[in-house]
Amino acid sequence: MDKFVKLTAIVAPMDRANVDTDAIIPKQFLKSIKRSGFGPNLFDEWRYEDVGQPDADNSGRPLRKDFVLNQPRYQGAKILLTRENFGCGSSREHAPWALKDYGFDVIISPSYADIFFNNSFKNGILPIILDDKIVDALFQEVYATEGYQLTVDLQAQQIIKPNGETIAFEVDSFRRHCLLHGLDDIGLTLQHQEDIKAYEAKRKQQAPWLFAN
Amino acid sequence: MAGKTLYDKLWDAHVVRQEEDGTALIYIDRQLLHEVTSPQAFEGLRLAHRKPWRVETNLATCDHNVPTTELKGGPETIEDPVSRIQVITLGKNAQEFGITEFGMGDPRQGIVHVVGPEEGATLPGMTVVCGDSHTATHGALGALAHGIGTSEVEHVMATQCLIQKKMKNMLVKIDGKLQPGVTPKDVVLAIIGKIGTAGGTGCAMEFGGQVFRDMSVEGRMTVCNMAIEAGARVGLVGVDDKTVEYVKGRPFAPKGEHWDLAVEAWKELHSDDDAKFDIVVEMDGSKIEPQVSWGTSPEMVLDINGMVPNPDKETDPVKANGIRRALDYMGLKADMPVKDIPVEYVFIGSCTNSRIEDLRAAASVLKGKKISDKVELAIAVPGSGLVKQQAEQEGLDKIFIEAGFEWRNPGCSMCLAMNADRLPAGKHCASTSNRNFEGRQGAGGRTHLVSPEMAAAAAVAGHFVDVRDYL
Repeated sequence: MDKFVKLTAIVAPMDRANVDTDAIIPKQFLKSIKRSGFGPNLFDEWRYEDVGQPDADNSGRPLRKDFVLNQPRYQGAKILLTRENFGCGSSREHAPWALKDYGFDVIISPSYADIFFNNSFKNGILPIILDDKIVDALFQEVYATEGYQLTVDLQAQQIIKPNGETIAFEVDSFRRHCLLHGLDDIGLTLQHQEDIKAYEAKRKQQAPWLFAN
Repeated sequence: MAGKTLYDKLWDAHVVRQEEDGTALIYIDRQLLHEVTSPQAFEGLRLAHRKPWRVETNLATCDHNVPTTELKGGPETIEDPVSRIQVITLGKNAQEFGITEFGMGDPRQGIVHVVGPEEGATLPGMTVVCGDSHTATHGALGALAHGIGTSEVEHVMATQCLIQKKMKNMLVKIDGKLQPGVTPKDVVLAIIGKIGTAGGTGCAMEFGGQVFRDMSVEGRMTVCNMAIEAGARVGLVGVDDKTVEYVKGRPFAPKGEHWDLAVEAWKELHSDDDAKFDIVVEMDGSKIEPQVSWGTSPEMVLDINGMVPNPDKETDPVKANGIRRALDYMGLKADMPVKDIPVEYVFIGSCTNSRIEDLRAAASVLKGKKISDKVELAIAVPGSGLVKQQAEQEGLDKIFIEAGFEWRNPGCSMCLAMNADRLPAGKHCASTSNRNFEGRQGAGGRTHLVSPEMAAAAAVAGHFVDVRDYL
C-alpha cells in the first residue's frame, strides 16, 4: 500500500450529500478482475455525456462541462471536498480504487458510510471528518479562490489553509500508523498467528459444529 | 452490571485479540464469495504466496453477472466478454484454492445471500462476511454478518480474521401488528424513511418487538438485508424457535450430537432484557403503510397514499437541492400523488425479495390477472436454482407467465444490471430490489422500491396502487 504522510494540492468541491458508490464507479466497470485503471471512469455518469463501457477508450468521449472535475480550475485536484454520508451503498472497493487511480489522496467530508471509510484507508486514501460548519466554510473558500490549495499533514493531524490557519482532525491511531508507513494489514495480522490458533483451539471446544467439516 | 445485547454476545465470542486502542482481531466463521469482489483478493493471495487459512469456511457462487435468460451452457456461453471473464475467473480461482463453488447450471447456484441461509452455510452465532454490502441479510438468523471490501476478503482468506472496532448498539423496536398487505419490505422502507440512509451509520442494528417476533425468518432476511440502506453494516434479529426450525436439516447445518449442542448454545442468542442500547428507535407497526420510493436514495420513500415532496417547502438547502436533483432525474413533479407515477418495467427479484415467500406473495396478487399493456417488461427472477424448483413445483411459474411476466433463471439480474437485464433510460420500474440510486438498474433508469405484492399490483395497474385494494 502507498504511504501517506503530507500533501499540498488543489481541492475539488463536490457539493452533494449521500454520494453513493454506484455514482463513484458505475457497475459496468466492476467487471474488471484488476485493481487498476478505474480512474478514467470515476463518476462516469456525471462526468460524460454518453454511457461508458469497460475496456473502451475514454479520451474522445463528450464531457459534461458543468461537472466539477471537468472544470479547468479543478484539474490536478488531489483533495475531494464533499457533503455528508459520502460513499454510501455498495461495498465495492472499486470506489476507492477509482478515486485513488484518478489522483485523489484525501477526502474531506462531515461523514462517510462505514464500509467505504474502511476501504479508503486500505488503499492509501485519507478520509478526513470535519464538522459540518467547517466543511461549509471550506466550500465557500474553494468557490471564492481559483487554484485553492490545502496542505494535509497526517503526522501532525492538521490541515493548513492558504492563509496559514490550521484545522485539526482526528484519525484512528492504528489506521494513522498503517497509512504513515504504508503497512499491509495481512502481514500485521499474521504476526498474531499464535493467538488465532489459540482462539481456534478454545472455540472448537465450545462450538465443535463450526469445525465439523 | 447491565445485560448484553445480541451484538455484544456475538462480538465477545469472536475476539481473538483486543488492542488497547479499541481495535480487535475478530474471528470469521464463514466467508461467502462471488465473482465481482473476489478476483483481486485471489490475485493478492497468489502474489504473496499465501494460502487460505481454513479453506472449508469459504463458499462461492456466481450471481452478479450470470444471465437469467435460458442458459446455453456454462460460463463460456455468456455473451458479454467481460462478464464471461469474471465468472470463469471465479471458477478457476475456486478450483485452484480448493473452495466449494456452486457454478452456473448447479441447482444450488443463486444470489449469494439467498444461497447461504438456504444451504445452512450461514448459521446462528456465526460471524459471516462477504464482499457485498447486503451480507447484513444473514443477521436474520442471529449471525454477526456484514459486507467487507476486497482487501478484507483477501485478509479473511489469509488469516480467518478481520481487524475491527466495535460498533454501537442500536435497537429498532416495532410493536403492534402489521396491517394485511403490509410486508417486511414496507417495514424496512418505513424505517429508512424515518431514520435516513445514515441513521444507522457506525451501528449494529437489531430489530426487536412484536412485528419481528411475528415475522417469518425469510421476512427478517428482507429487513436485515436493507439495514445497510439505513447506514448500518449489521442487521440482527434474535434467535427464536422459528430460527431453529428454519435451519434444521439444511445441508451445511450441524447434525446429530452437534445439532443438539448448537441448539442449546443458540438459545442464548438474543439481547438480555436489561441490555443497554446506545440508540433506540421506536415505531408503531400498526401504522406502517405500503411504501414506494420516489427518489434516488432509499430514504426518499413515501406511503402509497402520499405526495411527492416539494423542494420549496424544505428549509435545509442541502436537502432541498437533493430533492430537486431527484425530481429531475426521476422525471416527477413536486406534489404529485405517488399513485400517478407510471410503471413501465417490473422487477421481482434480488437478495432482498427473491425467496419462495416473496414469489408466493407476488403470485397471490397476480393469480388470474394480466399485467397492464403499459408495462413493457415484467420479470420474475428467483433467488436460487432451488427457489426456482420449489416455485415450479407449486405452479407459481405458471401464474407469473399467464399474467404476462417472464420467468427467469436465478441471479442478481436487474437489481444492479451487471448482466444483460437492464432498465432503459427514462423508464419507471417497480422493483423489489434495495437501491434506487441514479443508474443503479441501468443508466438513466428510474427505480421505485416496493414489496413483491406492491410490484405485482403495479404491474396489473400500470401505475402504483395500494395493494390492499387487491387483496
